[in-house]
Amino acid sequence: MKQSEFLNIVMPFKDKLFRMSKRLLVSTEEAEDATQEILLKLWNNKEKIGSYKNVEAFAMTMTKNFCLDRLKSKQANNLKLVHSNYKDENTSLQRQVEVNDSLNWMTKILNTLPEQQRMVLQLRDIEQYEYEEIAEMLGMKQTAIRVALSRARKAVREELIKKHNYGIG
Amino acid sequence: MESVKNIEKLLEKYLEAETTIAEENRLQEYFTQDEVPAHLEEYRPMFQYFEIAKQERFTKEVPLKPGRNKSYLQWASIAAVAVLLVGVFLKQPATPSLEEEYTAEELQSAQMALAIFSKNFNKGTDGIQYLKEFETTTNKFLNNE
Repeated sequence: MKQSEFLNIVMPFKDKLFRMSKRLLVSTEEAEDATQEILLKLWNNKEKIGSYKNVEAFAMTMTKNFCLDRLKSKQANNLKLVHSNYKDENTSLQRQVEVNDSLNWMTKILNTLPEQQRMVLQLRDIEQYEYEEIAEMLGMKQTAIRVALSRARKAVREELIKKHNYGIG
Repeated sequence: MESVKNIEKLLEKYLEAETTIAEENRLQEYFTQDEVPAHLEEYRPMFQYFEIAKQERFTKEVPLKPGRNKSYLQWASIAAVAVLLVGVFLKQPATPSLEEEYTAEELQSAQMALAIFSKNFNKGTDGIQYLKEFETTTNKFLNNE
């Protein structure tokens, strides 16, 4: 397989891998490293790419496993990163300061969710995959995904209501 | 424009994770407009965030090594080692031993020459021993003063 062919396969979903990594690892640099690593791994196994049914789902599973491993080893080393100064780089896309503020708030809320809920929410509400695909990527049953997703959405809403009331009071 | 009733119904389904992608897109669209009813205000940052989060891009280059095949390299290295080994084995018998190359007399005279050389060399090193002794004595004098 040539480099250009490989890039054609990978290009459409590399951003999705990156966003998933960032959802789990939080820091942009770490997410970039993770994505790079995943793409290199895919490149080194490029002979096998043809035999995968769904390269995108496969790559997403790799990303998930890679990031969860990272998080695990970080905990084992007691090297918990504190992202107190974390800022979403998308702020330039926003029109209003108010919106900007609530977006940062959203990022923070999402980072408090358990990893599984975070992944499900990311894959559904941001990447808009069908439940079938998410089930394949995460190796979960569709019913379990719906349960996790429902919990995640409700939790986010709760937090936003709290924040909203606080803002008024 | 969607009626608020419809949106409320969709939101209920949404929280139970029962909406389809199309329905979720309808919600998304509804909440990215500037004005939404006050009692639905908390959903706005949610859907706005989803919309914006989609646009984040991976901008780093991936250093893919240009198309050299791994298996080709493996075979090449195996071949190189094989050639090297064959070379070493073929070369060995080619070096003739000393007895074959020189006559007995030549060898003997060479040995003698080496013996004389080493004898004289030893003399030289003995001389150095004296020099060392000389140095320690001078040091003694210097230290005494």
